[in-house]
Amino acid sequence: MEHEIPGTPIFDGARARKGYALNKMCYSFNSAQNRAEFLRDEQAYCTKFGLDEAQRAAVQQRNVLELIAAGGNVYYLAKLAGIFGLGVQDIGAQQTGMPVEAFRAMLAAKGK
Amino acid sequence: MARIVGAITTSHIPAIGNAIAKGLQGEAYWKPFFGAFDAVHAWLDKVRPDAAVVVYNDHGLQFFLDKLPTFAIGAADAYHNADEGWGLPTLPPYRGDAAFSWHLIESLVADEFDLTTCQEMLVDHAFTVPLKLLWPGPACPVLTVPVAVNTVQHPLPTPARCIKLGRALGRAIASYPADLKVVVLGTGGLSHQLDGTRAGFINRGFDEMCMAAMVDQPDALERYSIRQLVEAAGTQGVELLNWLVARAALGGRVEKVHSNYHIPISNTASGLMVLENN
Repeated sequence: MEHEIPGTPIFDGARARKGYALNKMCYSFNSAQNRAEFLRDEQAYCTKFGLDEAQRAAVQQRNVLELIAAGGNVYYLAKLAGIFGLGVQDIGAQQTGMPVEAFRAMLAAKGK
Repeated sequence: MARIVGAITTSHIPAIGNAIAKGLQGEAYWKPFFGAFDAVHAWLDKVRPDAAVVVYNDHGLQFFLDKLPTFAIGAADAYHNADEGWGLPTLPPYRGDAAFSWHLIESLVADEFDLTTCQEMLVDHAFTVPLKLLWPGPACPVLTVPVAVNTVQHPLPTPARCIKLGRALGRAIASYPADLKVVVLGTGGLSHQLDGTRAGFINRGFDEMCMAAMVDQPDALERYSIRQLVEAAGTQGVELLNWLVARAALGGRVEKVHSNYHIPISNTASGLMVLENN
């Protein structure tokens, strides 16, 4: 058994199976029509893709760590985040529990 | 015969595409990144490649988890970009060359690399952003062949496997009978992590070691397992695999024409290298 890397999800077969419905819904957001349909009725859209309770709750709360725990892959989740105008720095800030400005400053400091 | 003139490896962060679309290249945040491409343009003006074989990873535009190839190659005369969901403008189609692609496929499969062949293949920002950085004009002047490496769903191909693919790709290109000058691109990286509580992870020491190894001893990177690569470079830093394929397509000896390393662009340590084939 390989050791865990702290704070680092590995999107493997187990996660790919667990998160299939959630990721499939997010993949559908490549289409503007589907994004609009999600915005019109989020619950119905989650039902259409067969999300389980944990996945639905994580979507409803816009909680990235919970979305990942429910099997979400960040590349697909980025398409969900995009619907709300959130980029990778916003989701990085949320996951690390800091304001976006602080997250940006933390990154900039690494370049000094 | 076709000839590989060199390799260019560069980050492909979507924010770069956004900065290009908005014309932000001269702003303080972006200048250290875009400024480094002047030397790349000068080199391209000198060598004038006809074709670019672009080794990249798809982020859920063309491929989903229903069917996810470890290695895939385009076999079309045109490749289309499309909406990725978060706002990058869709770029015009890229020119392909199906005959060249099929030659590469014949050679690679004979060389025991069984790639998924794609007569239709949407290309995402990991393909379009580097081409726009290299050729900022309205039309991409070279024909292209997309080669996609799975960096999304583990198990990923190992660094050793990607180096072998690169060598096979080099042999495939060099055996094409047409008189074609080819540049091989490896896109993505360097260290970054978007997911988990370690999001924002960057590892300058590891990146600098990789950039040095890319010139003189790429085989030194063969010994890494994917797990070790994730630990050292971050979950998305594994895009280094694309760099390894591109580097290994060149001969053993290369000359470093140019390189740049800048932290941060978005969440990422951006890397750029131009390696000329000797």
